Amino acid sequence: MLARRIGRVAAHGCSAPVTEIFGIPVAVILGQLTLGLVNGSFYAMLSLGLAVIFGLMGVVNFAHGAFYTLGAFAALLGLQYCGINYWAALVLAPLAVGLIGVVVERLLLRRLYGLDPLYGLLLTFGLALIVEGSLHQVFGATGQSYPVPQSLAGALNLHFMFLPLYRAWVILASVVVCFSTWFVIERTRLGATLRAATENAPLLQAFGVNVPLLKATTYGGGVALAALAGVLASPVVLVNSHMGNSLVIVVFAVVVIGGMGSILGAIVSGLVLGVVEGFTKVIYPEASNIVVFVIMALVLILRPAGLFGKE
Amino acid sequence: MRTTAILYALLGLFALCVPWLGIYPVFMMKLLCFAMFACAYNLLLGFGRMLSFGHAAFFGFAAYVSSWLITAHAFGPSAAILCAMVVAAALGTLIGGLAIRRHGIYFAMITLALGQLVYFVCLEAPFTGGENGLQGVPRGSLFGILPLRSDVVLYYLVLAIFVAVFLFIRRVVHSPFGQVLKAIRESEPRAISLGYDSNRYKLVAFVISATLAGLAGSLNALVLGFATLSDVQQSTSGEVILMTLLGGTGTFFGPVVGAAVIVTLQEYLSDIVGGWVTAIIGLIFVACVLSFRRGIVGELETLRLRRLRPMGKEPAAPA
Repeated sequence: MLARRIGRVAAHGCSAPVTEIFGIPVAVILGQLTLGLVNGSFYAMLSLGLAVIFGLMGVVNFAHGAFYTLGAFAALLGLQYCGINYWAALVLAPLAVGLIGVVVERLLLRRLYGLDPLYGLLLTFGLALIVEGSLHQVFGATGQSYPVPQSLAGALNLHFMFLPLYRAWVILASVVVCFSTWFVIERTRLGATLRAATENAPLLQAFGVNVPLLKATTYGGGVALAALAGVLASPVVLVNSHMGNSLVIVVFAVVVIGGMGSILGAIVSGLVLGVVEGFTKVIYPEASNIVVFVIMALVLILRPAGLFGKE
Repeated sequence: MRTTAILYALLGLFALCVPWLGIYPVFMMKLLCFAMFACAYNLLLGFGRMLSFGHAAFFGFAAYVSSWLITAHAFGPSAAILCAMVVAAALGTLIGGLAIRRHGIYFAMITLALGQLVYFVCLEAPFTGGENGLQGVPRGSLFGILPLRSDVVLYYLVLAIFVAVFLFIRRVVHSPFGQVLKAIRESEPRAISLGYDSNRYKLVAFVISATLAGLAGSLNALVLGFATLSDVQQSTSGEVILMTLLGGTGTFFGPVVGAAVIVTLQEYLSDIVGGWVTAIIGLIFVACVLSFRRGIVGELETLRLRRLRPMGKEPAAPA
């Protein structure tokens, strides 16, 4: 799993003075906490995109993980074959993947509007298999690593711990991206149109808004967000064909926990669950893979509609 | 109706003759196990419209349980499989009970996540052999009398169990219970307003489906002689969905056709196209969803009905 791979990278990052809580060095706890936040950042960005796409189009995008993987591969291949550096990849990879998303929406997803949303789920599941299977076949099962950009290498000495710069950057970048997305959707005219389309698309179309275009752009945008997460993740995980698959399952659980109705809910639950996962890794490592699923089960028992959901 | 009867008779004859037709019996047994799995799945998706994305959990976990009982506790095959079915039923009650709290796509996401949970349990639990799985599971003998080492003997046993499961599912669907389940599929609020406790019906359907999936899984492990992580993996859940969808959801024979197509593809295609199998399965998925949502058997049924009655109505659930 993704988190476990990051964990291995982390092992030699923490060597601050040894203070302990319950026999666990504070530096280790803080190290896992930041790792949890890094993972949580990815959860947040992915579940945000899922929520926006579902809100407008009624499609649960199973291919979200595949687009995340594509983003990472775009960055990696761009560097290897065209010498595109990290910062350019941060813009170009999401753009390219977003365009693919628009094409997918125009050619395939569009045909399923008005049908049971389960068909959208199945179609995107098939797409994910195509992407993952092809990448696996072409690039093999072993992952490749993407170098951390020079300007973000090294670590900050915060005296109580060493904070690797790149991790800080990922957390910062994703929080900024998430809240800008939230701002665009909740506070701008474009966002108001989008929300109107979520409420009643035919009426909005009658007012002269190009709803099909809006849908294509939204899908492209949501998918680009996943690709951006992929680029951000590429220096901290091994880039391989199935990196998105295991992630998207956790993200689905996050979405069930948070409820897909609320954008802010998606962001907050993504970050919080990442941190919870990080803590579990310190306290009871065996359970760290399943803790999110267990929380999901508990939420389903106590609040079936999700923490922020309305059903 | 008569053509259907003739078709079934021909198929039955074919199935009985398989060992003498030069078809590898282990391949046929695997096919039948997956057909059983798909039929069980179809009870849920086709007749209850519940899209479970975690059915490999029941298939694979039952495979582990029966293989573990046989290798570590010297159980006979029938006792081990029965125990595995009980465990699958319990697991189905747990997962189903949680999942039916939400509808539609949420149901799919919850089953997916819980299926993954079972996968991780199988990966870490002490009795599953981790990445290696459980290997060298002996077939033993049925009730201590009939040795199952011979492929032909085991083939007829698997065939008999398959036919029993197939008829059982038909019986369930045609029973009052199945009719209520279909009513819930068409409109849950209406069924509730008619006084049916829809959650109870959905849970029972889920548990039956999980139990039969467990039977298929443990039988498959007995045939192959091993239980591995790939049985519990999400890709197996995806495959069973595809089998059902490709053959025709809500038809009785569709899942069998779908399973036959997919298992054959995997067996023979992998020699030709190597690792592209996953991508090709994805392509079939996309093609299915876009252009023949009724599946092979479903489309054939519609064609036939249209020919019989040019103005005829669409079949709700063709037999």
